[in-house]
Amino acid sequence: MPIYNDIIMEHFKNPRNLGSISDADGIGEAGNPVCGDLMKMYIKVDRKGNKEYISDIKFETLGCGAAIAVSSMTTEMAKGKTLDEVMKITRDDVADTLDGLPPEKMHCSNLASDALHKAIEDYHSKANKD
Amino acid sequence: MQKKIYLDNAASTKVDERVLKEMLPYFNKVYGNASSLHQWGQDARAAVDLAREKVAKFLNCSPEEVIFTSGATESDNFAVLGVILASNKEKKHIISSPIEHHAVEETLKFWKEKGLLDSYSLVSVDKYGIVSPKDVEKAITPDTILVSIMYANNEVGTIEPISEISKIAKKYNIIFHTDATQAAGYLDCNIEKLGIDLLSLSGHKIYGPKGIGALYIRKGTCINRIQIGGSHEFEMRAGTENVPGIIGLGKALELVMEGRKERNEKITKLRDKLISGASIKIKNSHLSGHPKKRLPNNANFAFENVEGESIVMSLDLEGIASSTGSACTSKSLKPSHVLLAMGISAELAHGSLRFTLSKDTTERDIDRVLKVLPKIITRLRKMAPTKLNSKH
Repeated sequence: MPIYNDIIMEHFKNPRNLGSISDADGIGEAGNPVCGDLMKMYIKVDRKGNKEYISDIKFETLGCGAAIAVSSMTTEMAKGKTLDEVMKITRDDVADTLDGLPPEKMHCSNLASDALHKAIEDYHSKANKD
Repeated sequence: MQKKIYLDNAASTKVDERVLKEMLPYFNKVYGNASSLHQWGQDARAAVDLAREKVAKFLNCSPEEVIFTSGATESDNFAVLGVILASNKEKKHIISSPIEHHAVEETLKFWKEKGLLDSYSLVSVDKYGIVSPKDVEKAITPDTILVSIMYANNEVGTIEPISEISKIAKKYNIIFHTDATQAAGYLDCNIEKLGIDLLSLSGHKIYGPKGIGALYIRKGTCINRIQIGGSHEFEMRAGTENVPGIIGLGKALELVMEGRKERNEKITKLRDKLISGASIKIKNSHLSGHPKKRLPNNANFAFENVEGESIVMSLDLEGIASSTGSACTSKSLKPSHVLLAMGISAELAHGSLRFTLSKDTTERDIDRVLKVLPKIITRLRKMAPTKLNSKH
């Protein structure tokens, strides 16, 4: 079996929502360069009725192929979802949607959901200050 | 379609057509067991003897000093454990380096944990990965039974001063082992000139087949066998001889000796073009290992703010084979133990990329890499978070 499946390779080749948002409502970071993987998530939050949802999302990642694919997939899963829904996205959900990650990559490279949750926490802490 | 470019020859090489041709009859024509008395067996025996002579010629030793094994990992295990088992010292100590192949390093760790080995010292290397013979001498204790230092490193290609180290070992009457797996294709392996007692070889790094290697054992060296069974290989390594593999290893070593100097010069020229080209075209890149004292075919870079595996994957999509760290560690997430031992930061070590050329590498291949690689690095760096603490 190849190390990476077709879905992962597709996200590695054509990452979705790559880049940054200059006026982001929340920014979250996970990992560190000493481990080899570093991810940063930028989110814009809007309201629909009484629900807050992610209207735009971008990522920046330094890392292996899995790290890049995981980041890309996480942004796709989060875009348009409410903040409550996004907070429930786990590392396993991302790995499942990618149709499986190599076991040795499950923890080190699968940090995008952590970065995303931190971006939402960042948004909440900013919103509380206003 | 673009020509595929294979630059991972330190991981494995393509079997030379001439090697393959010599091996083929020994699969289905001369297929007897080399230990059998009948014609089928005796024909195989004659071919094994001839191959052993070829290996002996390469090493400048007698054929009885060549023991065929399944590869360099077994040869390294054999050297380490065989010397431990044969030593009658009460306490046993081994000296090695922190940049050895896992086949040496993990073996030392394992037998220490199991209690067969009392202790081992890993003498430090400088920033180029070179072991100092003086440090080896300082590490010697009355309990030292073996010094094991590789001839050339598999990741960064650094060539170790093994003839100086062997002199020190000899002075203290300690057995000296060297893993010459990567060196064999390029460097003189004359065991008399180098003063070696034990030397590991592998077939598939020198355009020979996988699954075959050898351990040179100087006559009179105090070493036990580690694989027990029949009386094969002068009662030093039990198991039916891998006849096609042995034929292949013999032929590969014969070919290595043909026109080695010219071949090395050609590969060195291409490697230097790759090193200088990449260094000029890619900012914040560093060459790992010694600029001169390195194998002719090795170029190992560390690129800041980019991760090695994603470079390897991107190059692969372009039809170019490379590696990050060594192939054996590519499934582990830790940065290379070799680069860390050389004092390179973990952060930078994650951005390591190794190209290892072959006799078939062409100038066009290098031109193509130099065209593709800078674009890949730029793309991946653009993907990385911008605000990074860059302290190298």
